[in-house]
Amino acid sequence: MSEVEPVKSIVTPTRLEYEYTAVGAQARFLDQIAHGRIIGQRCPQCRKVYVPARGACPRCGVPTAEEVEVAGRGTVTTFCVVRVPSENIHLKLPFVAAHILLDGADIPFFALVGDCDASEVRMGLRVEAVWAPREEWGPTFANIRHFRPTGEPDVDYEKFKEHL
Amino acid sequence: MPPSDGEVRFSAPHVVEYAYRRSVGAVLGRFFTGLRERKLIGTRTRAGRVLVPPCEYDPDTGESVSEFVDVGPAGVVTSWAWVQAPSAKHPLPRPFAWALIRLDGADTSMLHAVDAGAESGMRTGLRVKPRWRAQTVGEIRDIECFEPEAAR
Repeated sequence: MSEVEPVKSIVTPTRLEYEYTAVGAQARFLDQIAHGRIIGQRCPQCRKVYVPARGACPRCGVPTAEEVEVAGRGTVTTFCVVRVPSENIHLKLPFVAAHILLDGADIPFFALVGDCDASEVRMGLRVEAVWAPREEWGPTFANIRHFRPTGEPDVDYEKFKEHL
Repeated sequence: MPPSDGEVRFSAPHVVEYAYRRSVGAVLGRFFTGLRERKLIGTRTRAGRVLVPPCEYDPDTGESVSEFVDVGPAGVVTSWAWVQAPSAKHPLPRPFAWALIRLDGADTSMLHAVDAGAESGMRTGLRVKPRWRAQTVGEIRDIECFEPEAAR
């Protein structure tokens, strides 16, 4: 056995295949993002705006019906600079994955930050959506390619700390 | 087809996949290297028990185990469950058995698939041998499955 190259690692594939069907608030979100609009829903009790909405407030446990359009710009709350390659992610390294709190929303969502150096991304950075060409739009988050810095002054931590 | 209730809905495939690359270490590494050579390898504890798949330690005492022994390649079914409708991820595209197989010379049993043709062809105590795949690479799927030792 000494002359053969020993096996040092194995790949253990873990794969789950779903057919995902979006209805209600999620379908409404996808229908609207196909037209370049980002919509959420406001809770009738706590008044918080969820983007994308799931049709209910997870805090109050009540249905949400009031639709709210939010801006395609917002604030980086937290982020991660990814420098380690992954077999299933075909992005140029390093890339920045961030939680972005859109103006008018009370919950951040996950997106990439680009058009700047990874070292420039910071908590409180103001960013805006970079959309794919209109003819490529469909009912998908992929319409927004990434977010890029707007050049506005940073937002103070105290203003977004409850949304981390 | 548009939904009859007029409600907007969207459906799309959603695949969650993680291809973990695991370091196997010196002991399991030896086992997988053996599979690549179409050999089955276990470890022997100080008390003389042969563990297959090999363990890095003696489960009875916690002591490190470093003596390797060849086992099998044939063995005996100690327990089994019939799979009548295999999924796409199962090792065989036709009904088969998941079985615990105690390889000749081993004191523990190893899980693998048995291509027994029909449920009536399976039984505890059945002698089985490995069916190796054409190209082995050093992983458990180098054994396509086990099959009854008496030629079918």
